Amino acid sequence: MAATVDTVETVKALSDGDYKYGFVSDIEADFAPKGLSEDIVRFISAKKDEPEWLLEWRLKAYRHWLTMVEPNWARVGYPPIDYQDSYYYSAPKTQDRPKSLDEVDPELLRTYEKLGIPLKEQEMLAGVAVDAVFDSVSVATTFKEKLAGIGVIFGSFSDAVQEHPELVRKYLGSVVPYADNFFATLNSAVFTDGSFAYIPKGVRCPMELSTYFRINAANTGQFERTLIIAEEGSYVSYLEGCTAPMRDENQLHAAVVELIALDDAEIKYSTVQNWYPGDKNGKGGIYNFVTKRGACRGRNSKISWTQVETGSAITWKYPSCILQGDNSVGEFFSVAITNNYQQADTGTKMIHIGKNTRSTIIAKGISAGHAQNTYRGLVRVLKSAEGARNHTQCDSLLIGDACGAHTVPYIEVKNRSAQIEHEATTSKIGDDQLFYCQQRGLSAEDAVSMIVNGFCKQVLQQLPMEFAVEAQKLVGISLEGSVG
Amino acid sequence: MLEIRNLHVAVDGKEILKGIDLAVGRGEVHALMGPNGSGKSTLAYVLAGREGYEVTKGEVLYQGRNLLDLAPEERAREGVFLGFQYPVEIPGVAAMNFLKAAVNAVRKHRGEDELDAIDFLKLVRDKAKALKMDGELLKRPLNVGFSGGEKKRNEILQMAMIDPRLAVLDETDSGLDIDALKIVAAGVNALRGPERAILLITHYQRLLNYIVPDRVHVLVDGRIVKSGGKKLALEVDDQGYEPFTAGEKAA
Repeated sequence: MAATVDTVETVKALSDGDYKYGFVSDIEADFAPKGLSEDIVRFISAKKDEPEWLLEWRLKAYRHWLTMVEPNWARVGYPPIDYQDSYYYSAPKTQDRPKSLDEVDPELLRTYEKLGIPLKEQEMLAGVAVDAVFDSVSVATTFKEKLAGIGVIFGSFSDAVQEHPELVRKYLGSVVPYADNFFATLNSAVFTDGSFAYIPKGVRCPMELSTYFRINAANTGQFERTLIIAEEGSYVSYLEGCTAPMRDENQLHAAVVELIALDDAEIKYSTVQNWYPGDKNGKGGIYNFVTKRGACRGRNSKISWTQVETGSAITWKYPSCILQGDNSVGEFFSVAITNNYQQADTGTKMIHIGKNTRSTIIAKGISAGHAQNTYRGLVRVLKSAEGARNHTQCDSLLIGDACGAHTVPYIEVKNRSAQIEHEATTSKIGDDQLFYCQQRGLSAEDAVSMIVNGFCKQVLQQLPMEFAVEAQKLVGISLEGSVG
Repeated sequence: MLEIRNLHVAVDGKEILKGIDLAVGRGEVHALMGPNGSGKSTLAYVLAGREGYEVTKGEVLYQGRNLLDLAPEERAREGVFLGFQYPVEIPGVAAMNFLKAAVNAVRKHRGEDELDAIDFLKLVRDKAKALKMDGELLKRPLNVGFSGGEKKRNEILQMAMIDPRLAVLDETDSGLDIDALKIVAAGVNALRGPERAILLITHYQRLLNYIVPDRVHVLVDGRIVKSGGKKLALEVDDQGYEPFTAGEKAA
């Protein structure tokens, strides 16, 4: 089992169980002053040289945000966030955009190398176009030209605002409106950058589009905004992976991702999330309050979310599908792993509007240490959704006796022809299983990794190859120290 | 190979093994017989290093080393194999993948090259065939939905693949029909050799018709009350454990 062996190697490399990606590179950040105000929103917009309409949109969001209350219905607990005690803009100091990787700050490249994602090698080996977000500004984009040749637009959100304002204006906020929820609204006011992809009619994007996000400057909440539009009959697979350096203070991360699939289009969105989860005692770690939503706007369109969530102190995330077009399909495959004092409240929403819309939900939650892991999902079938079908499967795996797993499914059906299935299981890695594996020569950690990878297989196999291997390793690393 | 000296073991504060002395030499097959609750499985678990079994007195030497100092996985890698009375189910992990991980963990420890997929498959196929095991079985999650006989055969397959130095087989015969018993026995016999020691734990003499032991020990109430040649097993079969129990009480 190569994956297990890899896990062993990786675990060994972590000499004392500390977070592998915990280091801070010393690129001087160009900060906006601390705090949040209309002036800061204007500062961000001006810094990015945005058109007037976008500034107005941000301001509308900001003003609305002031009237909103932070949600408290999720099964997560954290001290109150002081939104005035944070920076909302930082960018690497480099003034001019590098024209090639050679011009990129070597310190930055070293940082990526430590993360195991050297851009150059990635370019050659994996055939993946990388739009690397370092702090808030995108510094390197590869394969852009090759993609442009077939009409695919892929790059930073900021560039898209400058180069394709009509597309941004048409679709921004069309899936997650600026007033959607507390964190999405905050994002709408202060988002700094993110990715943008546009796949023209009938084009099958020939490579996996990939972005690595990374929070770097201390105390800087990162607010990405991602927008992907798949025109009629097009297909795109998008990969998002994250790691972050170690620090003590909690960092707020409130991203928004909007996907739009038109007639016969398909978007596959895969995430491996490995942000700093805090230390063994629950100190530090990222607050990951993310709004991800896709609209299957066209007939026969399909949106598929796959996520492997292993990091963050708190995860609050419900990648959803609005199944508007007739015969459209929504999928959600999720592995959420919580260890030590991590908390995850994650799931999906499948909103069936069109006729014969179908959705599948497979959620695997693994909880170890003192962690709390909640699946929260909504399947809503509207009156118009004749012949809608949903299948939901939620499995929880517990390691040890101090953690918790919770399943909170909401099902609302307004059409009698709908077929809804919900299955749920809870199991535990038993001492007898561990002993059996050890008696065959495997360490307890390898055994856990093997058992958990088996438990998650159904979801992991949905990931593109590049991610599947990484995800298997992460599964092992994330649960390190959970036994023995 | 294995030398147990005055071994006392308690579980939850209750003494189960009350002074075991047992030596199994290289190349030997010993049978340990005894009634339910006599401590047979406890001895097997202690040798394998399961948690919750407290050694209160005595020592266990394995190849001249203190076995009790080693973690369970270290013992396994050093060549101690326990065939489980109740093999554990592991959903989601194919029996084949589990076996490969186990084999390579042990090989790595021995400084041998890990088997690649092709060599491994070839080896498994040969060994499985000898045990009349269906190859499809190995693609299924480990022990999940396996019949009693399939589980036991899979234990023997694992043993054959891992190639241990000391094999402790805990009631490998229980739950087997006569045909399966013969196959399993043949599998064990195939592993008899000058470099290997085998400790067979069993209730019944039946298994010993097929795997003829060099020595037989009768365990009653945590003590070995009698040791002898293979004829001792027949004696047990003939008279049951009652005479041994009575003798124990009288003493």
